[in-house]
Amino acid sequence: MKHYAISLDNVEKSFHHKQVIAPLSLNIPTGQLVGLLGPSGCGKTTLIKMIMGMLKPDNGQIQALNLAVPHQQLLSSIGYMAQSDALYLDLTGEENLNFFAKLYNLSKRERTQRVVYAAQLVRLKDDLHIKVANYSGGMKRRLSLAIALLHNPPLLILDEPTVGIDPVLKKEIWQELMRLKNEDQKTILVTTHAMDEAQKCDQLIMLRNGYIIANDTPQALKTQYDAQDFDEVFLKAGGEVL
Amino acid sequence: MRIGAIVTRIIQQMRRDRRTLALLFFAPLLVLTLMSFIFNSNEANLTLVISNGTPPLIEKLQAVDLHIIEQQNFSVEQLKEQQYDGWLILGQGNVRLTLLNNDPSSSKVLIMKLSQALQPQQDAAPSLTTDYVYGDKDTAIFDIFSPMLIGFFVFFFVFLITGIALLKERTSGTLERLLATPIKRAEIVAGYMLGYGLFAFLQTVIIVLFGIYVLDIVHVGSIWLVLLINMTVALVALSLGSLLSSFASSEFQMMQFIPLIIVPQIFFSGIFPLDNMATWLQKIGHLMPLYYAANALNGVMYKGVTFSEIATNLAVLASFAIVFIILTTFSLKKYRVL
Repeated sequence: MKHYAISLDNVEKSFHHKQVIAPLSLNIPTGQLVGLLGPSGCGKTTLIKMIMGMLKPDNGQIQALNLAVPHQQLLSSIGYMAQSDALYLDLTGEENLNFFAKLYNLSKRERTQRVVYAAQLVRLKDDLHIKVANYSGGMKRRLSLAIALLHNPPLLILDEPTVGIDPVLKKEIWQELMRLKNEDQKTILVTTHAMDEAQKCDQLIMLRNGYIIANDTPQALKTQYDAQDFDEVFLKAGGEVL
Repeated sequence: MRIGAIVTRIIQQMRRDRRTLALLFFAPLLVLTLMSFIFNSNEANLTLVISNGTPPLIEKLQAVDLHIIEQQNFSVEQLKEQQYDGWLILGQGNVRLTLLNNDPSSSKVLIMKLSQALQPQQDAAPSLTTDYVYGDKDTAIFDIFSPMLIGFFVFFFVFLITGIALLKERTSGTLERLLATPIKRAEIVAGYMLGYGLFAFLQTVIIVLFGIYVLDIVHVGSIWLVLLINMTVALVALSLGSLLSSFASSEFQMMQFIPLIIVPQIFFSGIFPLDNMATWLQKIGHLMPLYYAANALNGVMYKGVTFSEIATNLAVLASFAIVFIILTTFSLKKYRVL
């Protein structure tokens, strides 16, 4: 069990008698970049919220970093980026970063360092004094990512981190994610729609109607389904379940 | 530290939101001023007719800003016709005052000024009999009105602003984001209470000082007690606002709590007399925080009672706040199981 960063055991969740997550088990090894793929409404965000301890599963156990979810301390080891940019619009970028840094109980010196590091990483250093209300969609996304990286967590859970970000920056962010994984041995769980991003993951989990329809390395999936791209893999894999 | 982070953030946000700040600080003053104009409009020129008055007495009465008309042969009919505020007859050992009382608040002021002027003569002990042309001495409900109004405005504006601020935090997703950090639910509630409590404190001080020193609202008790009561009221409003915001999904729905939560409290808190109401109906008032606030404020400002006599009211108010705070903390479970 020790080498898994996240492990789900027979986890199930329904909303208003409608099953959103079918009983599923899943292991995410430490130090891997794992992609969660699937159409909207397939249960990606529900799954992520359960791992975060924001939603309680109806059945089953979840462990993250060897702690049973929900766990207060666990949250200081996870960098979370929500699907919607949850930012304080009437504060500046810097004030947002400082606010969240304080919530992670970073010391003042650490705080200044990490704020500069995170802002530099997402290329927002020159815009930190501007109110977030005046940010573009991409800038807000980048600020959300910076907040997730603030406290240097061993586990990153990012819900569609590159939506609305231009290709150049998107490439840089992925480079940084790879670096975080390779050099800092961080475990990263990313939900995505983009196929070029799926290719970069170590492991791909395809989700449909609350079921895992495929779970393997990108190359193995392509070979197994004899597909050119992941759209094709998804359709072929989904066909078997339905 | 985390609580401090929330407090700092709230201050930063509020400083940028000038309109909300203006609403918080100036709207209550504006409404209070308007109400004082309506209920005290005659205060400036009170006219008193005097029969058999002595020059020193008349001088004294003029010194307290009364307009004096000397007339030996006067009648109640003339008083009605001329719309003077009162008629004072000085007789052998007794003084007879006839008040027009078409406006209870000006009658009250007239009596107050008269007793001020007559006080030094009390060794002569003139017995003052008072007649009323309209109504009687119990008509003056507006004097007990204003202390309650102060409490009401503190409650109303603090309730509205905290409720909507926390609602914004819910709808924008930042509350959920906040709960994805290791912060405790109680820390969030504490941060909110302190952050907005600070603004509520400033507001309370401004309203109370303005009411007492600018609008001259009757106050015989200690101003510190008035501030203490209003701070407790603000705390109740803060906690109730944040609790109810979890039952609203938009600003409009938050507004819908005004007729449901705020207006009934005005009716039952004693701002309007409840004596004619069935006893069981009066008891409903005992469930409302403003009932206790009004009791305490009225006691201190109008009757001049001391701390021990309002302690029960304050304790009840504080209990309301504590219950609301605990419930708010529980309501946050919606966003994080822990």
